[in-house]
Amino acid sequence: MSENITKEELQQDENLIYCKSKVLTDNEFHYCPGCGHGTVHRIIAEVVEEMGIQGQTIGVAPVGCSVLAYNYFDFDCQGAAHGRAPAVATAIKRLLPDRYVFTYQGDGDLAAIGTAETIHACNRGENIAIIFINNGIYGMTGGQMAPTTLEGMKTATSPYGRSIADTGSPLRITEMIAILPGTHYVTRQAVHSPAAVRKTKKAIRKAFENQDLKQGLSFIEIVSNCNSGWKMNPRQANDWMVEHMFPYYPLGDIKVDGQLVK
Amino acid sequence: MKELRLMKGNEAIAEGAIRAGADGYFGYPITPQSEIMEYLMAEKPKERTGMVVLQAESETASINMVYGGAGCGKRVMTSSSSPGISLMQEGLSYMAGAELPCLVVNVVRGGPGLGTIQPSQADYFQTVKGGGHGDYKLITLAPASVQEMYDFVSLGFELAFKYRNPCMILSDGVIGQMMEKVEIGDQEPRWSDAYIREHHPWSTLGKTPDRPHNIITSLELESSRQEKVNLKIQAKYRILETEEVRYEMIDCEDADYVFVAYGSSARICQKAMELGREKGIKIGLLRPITLYPFPVKVLHDLAGKTKGMLVVEMSAGQMIEDVKLAVECRVHVEHYGRFGGIIPSPSEVLHALENQIIGG
Ligand SMILES: Cc1ncc(C[n+]2csc(CCOP(=O)(O)OP(=O)(O)O)c2C)c(N)n1
Ligand code: SF4
Repeated sequence: MSENITKEELQQDENLIYCKSKVLTDNEFHYCPGCGHGTVHRIIAEVVEEMGIQGQTIGVAPVGCSVLAYNYFDFDCQGAAHGRAPAVATAIKRLLPDRYVFTYQGDGDLAAIGTAETIHACNRGENIAIIFINNGIYGMTGGQMAPTTLEGMKTATSPYGRSIADTGSPLRITEMIAILPGTHYVTRQAVHSPAAVRKTKKAIRKAFENQDLKQGLSFIEIVSNCNSGWKMNPRQANDWMVEHMFPYYPLGDIKVDGQLVK
Repeated sequence: MKELRLMKGNEAIAEGAIRAGADGYFGYPITPQSEIMEYLMAEKPKERTGMVVLQAESETASINMVYGGAGCGKRVMTSSSSPGISLMQEGLSYMAGAELPCLVVNVVRGGPGLGTIQPSQADYFQTVKGGGHGDYKLITLAPASVQEMYDFVSLGFELAFKYRNPCMILSDGVIGQMMEKVEIGDQEPRWSDAYIREHHPWSTLGKTPDRPHNIITSLELESSRQEKVNLKIQAKYRILETEEVRYEMIDCEDADYVFVAYGSSARICQKAMELGREKGIKIGLLRPITLYPFPVKVLHDLAGKTKGMLVVEMSAGQMIEDVKLAVECRVHVEHYGRFGGIIPSPSEVLHALENQIIGG
């Protein structure tokens, strides 16, 4: 190849190895740099694009940092009230059984205020996907304690560290819903490295494909960082996540094809 | 030949929903309206019309299921009684904010709190003054018969979609539980996706290449844009207030005194009017059918022609505030009410008129 190749010569389709998914809009992400939300959005958009289901996909956004997720996905979306996305998605899927329906929820949304909706949608075996971003904190409201906050972790409402005696243990809701017969696929993933991103993408694709099988709900927890809430830079946040979050929230499949993984 | 049936008010709601071509019902049991979901389940509407009926885990879930269905342009509904309706207020506010049409039936029971399962009209304020947070209104229909329970299902859906706003049927335990003759209408078809896409292009049925993605939300973080959202919603309410007021006037032409009452109280007042007229007291009845929009003008006009008005409600006095605002002090207005599940008798209502208005 010539050394003085022009930009135009370089920007040929055959040279293209990576680009923004067509299923993402041109709106600029409002997320803090290094936050996992943006990465997961990108993966979801890629899966929808690759499966060719942009016109059949309906997403349900939560209340939390990803409340504006619908501005980034270029498919039809609804924004649910705080914690109620699984109820909203339940009705969408029941009324439009051939659409691909998913919720996107944070840990406060899914495992605190929306616990009942989460458990019952899972228990009914709704043929939807739930994508659950566990960053151990309430990002949107300024870093308060979440049900998933680790013991000893300092947050705005646990300034001396989370006390189990006062607030109970960090909630492993994913393990809880895995024992329900209504869930078909339950996995815990992360997006802190290229390898993890690839695995998460596979999991999300499976969760969408599972909707054709009508065998029950697919639940993907993604352990993620909230570098702003954790008061770390993105690099430190990812390292801290690997060191502290992963031991308590171990990555990997928990239930596959309706069978618990042992 | 018209099809006539003897039905409970609650059953009429359920049959009315199937016949109106409703797409979905999501609810949670509570007395005195559980027959609505029980009737629907027994009727297998999935087989009759394809209608989805689902028992939710709570009223909170029910109203948010309604949100999801309504966002898809589907005709969806829920029903409950007072405590359950209280749980739905956040969802109703979201639906008004997102401009989503739906039908909610409240078969009111006595409160506050767990209260009583007996009939009441004490949820008037909650229904017509907002209930949930923010500046919004519910289109409110107040049936006074089992026939109206049936008829107001399709009317409610029609108004909800016309104005893209939730509509409430504000009933009570009397109308829900009593049996009357009902004329049943023909089966209306459910809307096809193509119909919804054409008539309700805002709905999230899945993006098509000819339009941008649709978003259902009540969020607008930027204040100047949120104010515009509010102004748009308020403009709708001004149209509702001029175009959609419904009421019934009985024997008001020659009346010296007027009862103002809705729902089952209006039925009691009708009997009290008869008793009064037998005694030579000329009484009329103004029955608001839409509680929001409230029949302000007709009440204002009536005020100049009558000597006094008695507002009869099964509450400590709620609608009377709207009546007083409407008549602007042009006539003496009093309230008579029983509450906590007590239903006043016609003679007690007539006595109240005699004591508080005629003698007062
Ligand atoms: C009924 C209600 N209660 C509280 C709030 C305030 N609120 C908004 S987001 C949020 C928590 C978000 O945390 P999480 O779900 O973990 O998502 P994240 O922001 O971390 O992505 C809270 C408490 C609300 N919007 N509605
Ligand atoms: S506050 Fe936390 S969760 Fe929210 S965008 Fe920033 S890093 Fe992400």
